Amino acid sequence: MWALFHKEMADHIRSRRFLLILALVAVSGFASLYGALESISSGTDTDFVFLKLFTSSGSSIPSFVSFIALLGPFVGLALGFDAINSEQSGGTLNRLLSQPIYRDSVINGKFLAGAAIIFTMVFVMGGLVSALGLIVIGIPPSLEEVGRIIVFLLFTGVYICFWLGLSILFSVLCRHAATSALAVIACWLFFTIFLSMLAGIIAAALFPVNGGWEGLFNLMDNYKCELYLNRFSPYYLYGEAVTTILNPGVRTIGIVTNAQLEGAVAGYLPFGQSLLLVWPHLTGMAAMTLAAFVLSYMKFMRQEIRSS
Amino acid sequence: MAETREAIIQIRGLTKRYGNKTAVDGLDLSVRRGEIFGLLGPNGAGKTTTTLMLTGLTEPTEGTAFISGMDCVREPMEVKRTVGYMPDNVGFYNDMTGRENLRFTAALNGLPRAEAEERIERLLLRTGLEDAGDQKVGTYSRGMRQRLGVADVLMKDPEVIIMDEPTLGIDPEGMRDLLRLIVEMAKKENRTILISSHQLYQIQQICDRVGLFVKGRLVACGTVEELAEQTREDSRYLTELCVTPADDRLRDILRDLDGVCSVGREGGRYMIGSEKNISDLLAETALKNGYSLVSLRPCGNDLDEIYRRYFEKAGHDNGSSNGKIKRFISRNR
Repeated sequence: MWALFHKEMADHIRSRRFLLILALVAVSGFASLYGALESISSGTDTDFVFLKLFTSSGSSIPSFVSFIALLGPFVGLALGFDAINSEQSGGTLNRLLSQPIYRDSVINGKFLAGAAIIFTMVFVMGGLVSALGLIVIGIPPSLEEVGRIIVFLLFTGVYICFWLGLSILFSVLCRHAATSALAVIACWLFFTIFLSMLAGIIAAALFPVNGGWEGLFNLMDNYKCELYLNRFSPYYLYGEAVTTILNPGVRTIGIVTNAQLEGAVAGYLPFGQSLLLVWPHLTGMAAMTLAAFVLSYMKFMRQEIRSS
Repeated sequence: MAETREAIIQIRGLTKRYGNKTAVDGLDLSVRRGEIFGLLGPNGAGKTTTTLMLTGLTEPTEGTAFISGMDCVREPMEVKRTVGYMPDNVGFYNDMTGRENLRFTAALNGLPRAEAEERIERLLLRTGLEDAGDQKVGTYSRGMRQRLGVADVLMKDPEVIIMDEPTLGIDPEGMRDLLRLIVEMAKKENRTILISSHQLYQIQQICDRVGLFVKGRLVACGTVEELAEQTREDSRYLTELCVTPADDRLRDILRDLDGVCSVGREGGRYMIGSEKNISDLLAETALKNGYSLVSLRPCGNDLDEIYRRYFEKAGHDNGSSNGKIKRFISRNR
């Protein structure tokens, strides 16, 4: 399997497609860094300045976090959408499988190679942004900030791996690389854009809020319904988790009543507590990644190997 | 030569069904060590499915297949170590060079690096790709790909080589090189080779024994001569005679000869059906009557003729499929 893993890694690194994505991510990363620096230098808030490198946005440029949330899936799907079906259409799959290797090592090798590339890229990107930020703002990060950034990068890696798993699933399901690319892009668009709209509509239909007293009673349910629907989307899940991790000011996710807030001391949440808050998100994303991979694994193991 | 008689591939009642379609139906076959065996049949006869089952890439519905005493279903890893499989349209990674592709195969087979490099060098030389080894496979011609496929198969030094349509779509010279390689592998290195093909002419040149495969069943098996003998019993000798100048007079002369049953003419070609072999008589007659002989050829001893007769015997009353087979045969003439 390691031979396959090395080959896939080499393929990814040398492929033009990957270089293109890398350039795209790098450019957007630096652009967002520029915007963040602009807003930091004009701001007055001095707590957790280092984290603001990632979260604050310039006047016209979105923050690093939102860039990654949007473009990260693209990285994952570009690495995986033709993983299996290009081997099939190129006639290399049956040659590969006639070598003394187990069939699952093909798909495992591909997934692991993609994941390794993704994690390397994410951590390198994070390191670069931190380093540049450090040079420019000159305030060293505290240990807590470093911890938060590392957890953030870990989240990002898992998030992108989910998209990798999904794209590999489509590459097993679809015979043509173009079909699987389209399918997985459709999924991406659906989760990032349409699901939030759809959630709003469904929530409004189930719990109407514009009907006098009834609306008032439905308010809470409506909000909850929308939130839970939104959380189906890894995009939303990731956004929520990362905001919590990178912004210690976020004390809670979801709805909080005034009564619950009464007597609360305003302040920042410790790192451990923030982590606790997003633990379910991490579990959820890891589970989604595994589910996508396991489905593709099962399908691949049962597939007939015919070149035609 | 006693050990060469040992059966290395043993297939018993091998069956594969896809839904309610039976691709391979109760195949029994044994191939001896060092033999070149040709599996012949039209497209969709189940040849590829058979080769896939032998290499453990597809599980048979019923029956067993053993290669060197190893069960192809139970011990696919062991089988894959000793069996080289060259699929039809053998594919390589186009953005890697030929050498890199071979190196990858070596790595998959767990060959030590030094040995792999040495073997790659030797195989590239042997397949005539020593100059192209460092070019990307994307730039290779079809014949070169096919030869690289042979090199790829030989990387693991297999005892048994299974080739699926190896001669498809390559030019005559490439074909000659490939066939020479195949014969060499079998005769010099005592490897067993199973070739599936529908290109009868090439198969006839190199195979020790052939099996005819129709609709998932092996309808005949043996050497080409044996098959010819088997089918001859229920058919006449057929001789093709080409002369100049061609006219109808010769047809009448030939028709009156002793033992001739029928004469057909098509331009300068005469097809003579007879009860026994009368080639000498035909040549003599033609020359005596002032015709000059262009060619004289007994028909029916080559594979496509045998093939056609088997199809006729199998009773292809269905007109369309008959036409298809005739086209198929004429394509391969």
